[in-house]
Amino acid sequence: MAGILASIVDGLLVGAVYGLAAMGITLIWGVMNVVNLTHGALIVAGMFALYIATSALGVPPYLALPPIFVAGFLFGLLLYWIAVHRMIGRPPLMSLLSTFSVNLVLIGLGTAVWGTRLFNVAVTLPGVSWNRYTFPGTHILAAGLTALLAGLLYLFLYRTRIGKAIRAVADNREAAELVGIPTTRVLSLAFALGSALAGVSGMLIGTMFPFTVLSGDAYQLKSFVVTALGGLGNPTGALLGGIALGLIEGLATPFMPVSWTLVIEFGLFVAALILFPRGIFALRRW
Amino acid sequence: MLRGKLAAAAVALGVLAAAPALAADDEITIGMTLSQTGPLNVDSVAQMRGAEMWRDEVNAAGGIKAGDKRYKVRFVSYDDQSQGGRVQQLYTRLIVQDKAQFLFSPYSSGLTGTAAVISEQYGKIMVITGGAEPKTYELGNKDLFQVITSADHYLSGAVDALHAKNPKAAVAFVYSDDPFSKAVVSAAREQAAEAGLKIVLDEAYPPNTTDFSAIVNKIIGAQADALLGGGHYPDGATLARQLYDQKANLKWATILVAPGNEEFATLGPAALGISVPSQWESQAVYKPDFGPTGAEFAKAFKAKFNLEADYHSASGYTGGAILQHAIEQAGSIEPEKVAAALNGTDVTTFFGRVKFATEAKRHGLQLAHEMVLAQWQNKDGKLAREIVWPKSAQTAELLYPLH
Repeated sequence: MAGILASIVDGLLVGAVYGLAAMGITLIWGVMNVVNLTHGALIVAGMFALYIATSALGVPPYLALPPIFVAGFLFGLLLYWIAVHRMIGRPPLMSLLSTFSVNLVLIGLGTAVWGTRLFNVAVTLPGVSWNRYTFPGTHILAAGLTALLAGLLYLFLYRTRIGKAIRAVADNREAAELVGIPTTRVLSLAFALGSALAGVSGMLIGTMFPFTVLSGDAYQLKSFVVTALGGLGNPTGALLGGIALGLIEGLATPFMPVSWTLVIEFGLFVAALILFPRGIFALRRW
Repeated sequence: MLRGKLAAAAVALGVLAAAPALAADDEITIGMTLSQTGPLNVDSVAQMRGAEMWRDEVNAAGGIKAGDKRYKVRFVSYDDQSQGGRVQQLYTRLIVQDKAQFLFSPYSSGLTGTAAVISEQYGKIMVITGGAEPKTYELGNKDLFQVITSADHYLSGAVDALHAKNPKAAVAFVYSDDPFSKAVVSAAREQAAEAGLKIVLDEAYPPNTTDFSAIVNKIIGAQADALLGGGHYPDGATLARQLYDQKANLKWATILVAPGNEEFATLGPAALGISVPSQWESQAVYKPDFGPTGAEFAKAFKAKFNLEADYHSASGYTGGAILQHAIEQAGSIEPEKVAAALNGTDVTTFFGRVKFATEAKRHGLQLAHEMVLAQWQNKDGKLAREIVWPKSAQTAELLYPLH
């Protein structure tokens, strides 16, 4: 019994970070109707930024978070103007292909520089022990920081003028434009914010698990499952969806071989798409 | 004037172009793929470095002597991206288009099994340095030669050592769902049961698993004393890190492949005490019939690549050395004669003894080579691998329990 509880708690902690990764994807999706396939590469960029910050520059791991957020934001802006801006309003396949190409370029560059070997950022942080089980400090702190970031994002979207502008554009771009919202600027901002969230979630994953240049794919796939659970374009739903996914992983593994978790996850993905096409947690949009 | 220069350039180009053609008769082409990218990349590149070192040494010494001819060695290699589909295409290309006369195996049992289908189809000799799964040799293949110990012996040393320390140890088998790891564990399960160890958990995980939290909780829940398992580098290293982070409190952990690589030390304290079945360690002292001693190999490898030699690089080198020996014995590069010489091979190199099974039902399987068990220990404040089993080869006392 204790084992099951331990697995559930651990699933919740890691699931929160999946949620953070998915918040980035869903923000972009919701606001500009673009499926951002560079997401996995941006997560990996966050991981390697952490690696460079800690090993080459000697920065303590968690102090790397703010600069990684800023770098992710700026990189997202650049990416928006290079690969996304001209695809807005075109058939969805166009932006899909465009972001997929950028993804390939980024992963190719990463492979050329680092190869596909495994990198480990050793973080020493005491964990919390309960019965014979230990919850690693890195997992607890990552979940805590995720909650903090999600809270800040919520405040930003609901309490600030520009946040409200983002929501307005997501709701109805034409109407937003009619009332004088500079929609292009808002779109680039949302894309940059989504990229920054991807980078930071990559960084947090990097403190928990070793990673390679190719690690992004797995987390990108999870982000899609989470987005389907949480509702397209719904950041709060994404966080809940992430936690739900973690919970399912934690709940399933004590009872069955781990190979089955993927089957369950993607079975759920399909079921959610069919039964709740707007997401299980999409009680209301925004 | 200009015309004269052009003519001179054309002549020079002609000479350059003709030069390889002149040497072609005195060259043998060996084809292989390596996983420059993908999850098998760390061990595959190590294996390739060993093979390249052998090639460079042979060529510097004037080539392989067969009868009264000398052959320089040329490699043709491609990146298989750790994917079976690529291996299938590329080995066909190596044979048909690049006219490879001999083949080296890719890295890993899965990829080697795929390559073997192609090499056998074309009747090419393939020296196998990275495919331990024994099944490949039980399919009636004729031209495969496995230089390394096969998978069913990987964990026998660990089981013996564990039994010596704790005859009633509770064992968790946690292993990657791939052909190699499953073959290793299926033999080890029997060995553990025979030794009277108690198996409390038996769990296969997908090879691309990146989060072992739930599995580690299962190990803790099963109250295991020892963990035997793993798979290849990325999963094995991640598992080791999470065992440490989640304080699994194991008394013993043997993980396949990953801890055999120098990069494992980047895990820091999570690496301490983890043991690995190793095909070769630089401290091993075999008296070679030919070629370098272990110390000489390790030194030359370090000088060439500025890296420590591990068992994958040693097996890569040995694959070449064994093929060279067979060609020299045969006095010819004709495949039938070289295959016959390989069938008769029974030699000791710095890597240990090598002898192939010749009966049809398991032709090419390695019979004589033995593995050791190496453990990451603190040596003068630094992490280093020491041979801890068998006792006859020990360079340090076994660290037990780990914590």
